[in-house]
Amino acid sequence: MMPRDIYNREAPGAHPPYAYPEYVSTRKRAPIHAPIRIVQTLSEITGPRFGRELLRKGDDDLTRFNGSEAIGERIIIAGRVLDENARPIPETLVEIWQANAAGRYAHEVDRHPAPLDPHFCGVGRVMTGRDGAYHFTTIKPGAYPYPNHYNAWRPQHIHFSLFGPCFATRLVTQMYFPGDPLLKLDPIFNSVPDSDARDRLISHFDIDLTVPEYALGYRFDLVLRGRSATPMET
Amino acid sequence: MPPGQTPSQTVGPFFGPALIWPGTETLVRAKSRGERIVIEGRVLDGDGAPIGDAMIEIWQANAEGRYDHPDDSQQKQLDPDFHGFGRVATDASGGYRLRTIRPGAVAARDVGLQAPHINVAVFARGLLKHLVTRIYFPNEPLNADDPILKTVPLDRRPTLVARAIENAAEPGFQFDIVMQGDSETVFFSL
Repeated sequence: MMPRDIYNREAPGAHPPYAYPEYVSTRKRAPIHAPIRIVQTLSEITGPRFGRELLRKGDDDLTRFNGSEAIGERIIIAGRVLDENARPIPETLVEIWQANAAGRYAHEVDRHPAPLDPHFCGVGRVMTGRDGAYHFTTIKPGAYPYPNHYNAWRPQHIHFSLFGPCFATRLVTQMYFPGDPLLKLDPIFNSVPDSDARDRLISHFDIDLTVPEYALGYRFDLVLRGRSATPMET
Repeated sequence: MPPGQTPSQTVGPFFGPALIWPGTETLVRAKSRGERIVIEGRVLDGDGAPIGDAMIEIWQANAEGRYDHPDDSQQKQLDPDFHGFGRVATDASGGYRLRTIRPGAVAARDVGLQAPHINVAVFARGLLKHLVTRIYFPNEPLNADDPILKTVPLDRRPTLVARAIENAAEPGFQFDIVMQGDSETVFFSL
């Protein structure tokens, strides 16, 4: 008999399938075999940890780069990283990346003919505090077209990468903005089967997070797989 | 009501400047204990075409088989010069290369001893959530009793065992990751 799980498994409907033909890039990249469910060993319940020595001054503020201010609408993105038991996940690395206000990434592969901003690199990095909280100041990213289907545009989004306490809690995701008309047309967003889960990818406008005369605030909490038991190793 | 899991979304093609930090493809330092090895390979799609925009992360135990993590309570030494995490992006030919040490065997809770292995996460455009696999080593007697390998159908197990690279200047292993098709790599759900 399999030992019981230390971490909750993926919640049904909360994550996309690998094969989702409407997102064309999955067609040749999604495995045909279902993943084999394995017992959670030490290999899965441990994982990398990072320290604050990784951070440099300004990593939480994307509105300045190369000595001057980026163009676009300044925003605050803040929230907490939690587990499914609503417990904060402290001291975990949060990495973000995004397009600039015109919808262009500072990346050599991005050929969208929108202007680059020499003062926006679109990369941020923080560690959560003891209460699981994180906070970035950035520029609202623009929507951009991509070659998935006729007139396909990605909704405005910010990419997030998180580790949490172990290898099994690793999460890479995207944060969207409320009221974006492109969301209902986007196969990547709509690949999440459960509509409540999908809505958890949409940030909330927050007037209390909004800084007067400076930047609108959007709140976005991230929830990683929770612990269902205590490890008992020999 | 308890909060629900945040769904996974694809890493997309533009992660490089954010996620590929300098030096993360080299896990080994001058003072790291253990046998130095190179692991290299290619990431291929269902047509056998190279995937040039993937990211591979690895997580592994040190030479004694101990993870640098508080939940590893095995009575084994930590190595202050080896932490076990690596990250690398594939190049245009789908290739990657990591420099690390050969991990030791690791306990497997109440299901026995695990053969030396490296845990792998694969991220790419077109992967709505990352894939997880493991790299095992050839000619390793412990493979026969590894509790995870034993859950894999016999005919698919070879996709999890790296191939020794002959006549290399340093001990090297090749591990290709095939996302789809007849020789599809075995992936796991944790």
